[in-house]
Amino acid sequence: MKNKLNEILEALLLSASRPINIDEMVKVFDDPKPSKDDIRSALNQLDEDCIERGIELKQVASGYRLQVKQNLSAYVAKLWEERPQKFSKATLETLSLIAYKQPITRGEIEEIRGVTVGTQLMRGLMERGWVKIIGQRDVPGRPSLYATTKEFLDYFGLQHLRELPELPSLPDLNSLELQLPIEEPESKDNPQALS
Amino acid sequence: MGDTKTLNPQILEVNKNYPQQGEMFLATVKGKETVLPEDLYVPPNALEILLDSFAGPLDFLLYLIKKQNLDILDINVAKITEQYTSYIELMDAMQVELAGDYLVMAAYLAELKSRMLLPRPNEQAEEEDPRAELIKRLQEYQRYKEAAERIDKIPRIDREIFSANAKLPEFTLQTPMLDIPIEDLTFALAEVMRRVDQSQAHLINFEELSTRERMTQILERMKTESFIEFTSLFIPKEGKIGVVVTFLAILELLKDSLIEIVQSEEFGPIHIKGIDEVH
Repeated sequence: MKNKLNEILEALLLSASRPINIDEMVKVFDDPKPSKDDIRSALNQLDEDCIERGIELKQVASGYRLQVKQNLSAYVAKLWEERPQKFSKATLETLSLIAYKQPITRGEIEEIRGVTVGTQLMRGLMERGWVKIIGQRDVPGRPSLYATTKEFLDYFGLQHLRELPELPSLPDLNSLELQLPIEEPESKDNPQALS
Repeated sequence: MGDTKTLNPQILEVNKNYPQQGEMFLATVKGKETVLPEDLYVPPNALEILLDSFAGPLDFLLYLIKKQNLDILDINVAKITEQYTSYIELMDAMQVELAGDYLVMAAYLAELKSRMLLPRPNEQAEEEDPRAELIKRLQEYQRYKEAAERIDKIPRIDREIFSANAKLPEFTLQTPMLDIPIEDLTFALAEVMRRVDQSQAHLINFEELSTRERMTQILERMKTESFIEFTSLFIPKEGKIGVVVTFLAILELLKDSLIEIVQSEEFGPIHIKGIDEVH
């Protein structure tokens, strides 16, 4: 039974072409369905079985995925004639602002980037399924609030937003020395001196 | 990744050995002819590429600051403004259609420069350094610019991550009849049944309802209401038999494609609606 479960899960993962979670795995079985723990231990077994193979089991935001081992990806990349799509600075900056400051409006993105965010750019991010509108801010104009999706995390092989690289910290503005000399008021003008 | 970093200096600084154009007057600005800044050779159409290689005016400003080996905190507003506007004027002269954001920044810098030049009245001594806002914006922008570069380095699908796939075996796909899970429908029915139980005491002996009749009644009702909540179709007074008849009528109508059953969200209320007529 145990062995059979491994095989079934491997088949599911290889055929899904997207990450699948444990609930989805449970659903494909007829009664009596294996428990979630059964599935988990079978997944562990599957992971161990991969040690001697070219693939590994990886957990991402939407579930599990069988993928080529990271250290072998250079070989695989050579098979792909077309280089994977590069993302423009504008796309990456917008995406990182949404990722780190979600939920965020388009206006807030534009304020920090100092540049208009094209409708096309936002639509592109939404069509890829990386970004979604999760509501409207309750201010005049009711601007849409954007957030990242699980698919975004899946794409970058992450499970949680907290796994994103750390956001560079903001230098302390107080360390800024004012270059303009500030003249001290003369002591006779000082009200304290008068009293 | 690395490409974009090396791209900018190339455009501005390479090409010194390139066949030089004779000094070319581009435009007359304030009675003076503008020429290309000394360290800038501009191949035809390069300025559009130049603009494209920066993510915006803040990115461009950061580049200008870095080029002078300056820290953001040490910027000389007058100098930066001069440099920035000379590029902008140049692009304008070459009739590059400038993004409005670049002009907004030029105006902002000019205003900042003029404020820096004004003597400061004593009573405003506590006023913030006019540069502080610009510095704050540059720093905030730089954070996310760096964050974007870091995100760009994360292994990603089809670049470093390759999903393992097997060819699908032959199989016939089972297409479910309903768009919504049958459990939800039965659950909704159970809910109705529960309500019926509660009002069972008031049960009156009703004449038997035929499924067809109920189908007609539902369709009749759909003429005036295009969207009916599932549970509102049931009349508790009719008792269990009435509920079953109604439920059968709904299923029957569904089978005949006369109605659609929709559920806008998981566990949300189920609604019955008419099939949109083709116009």
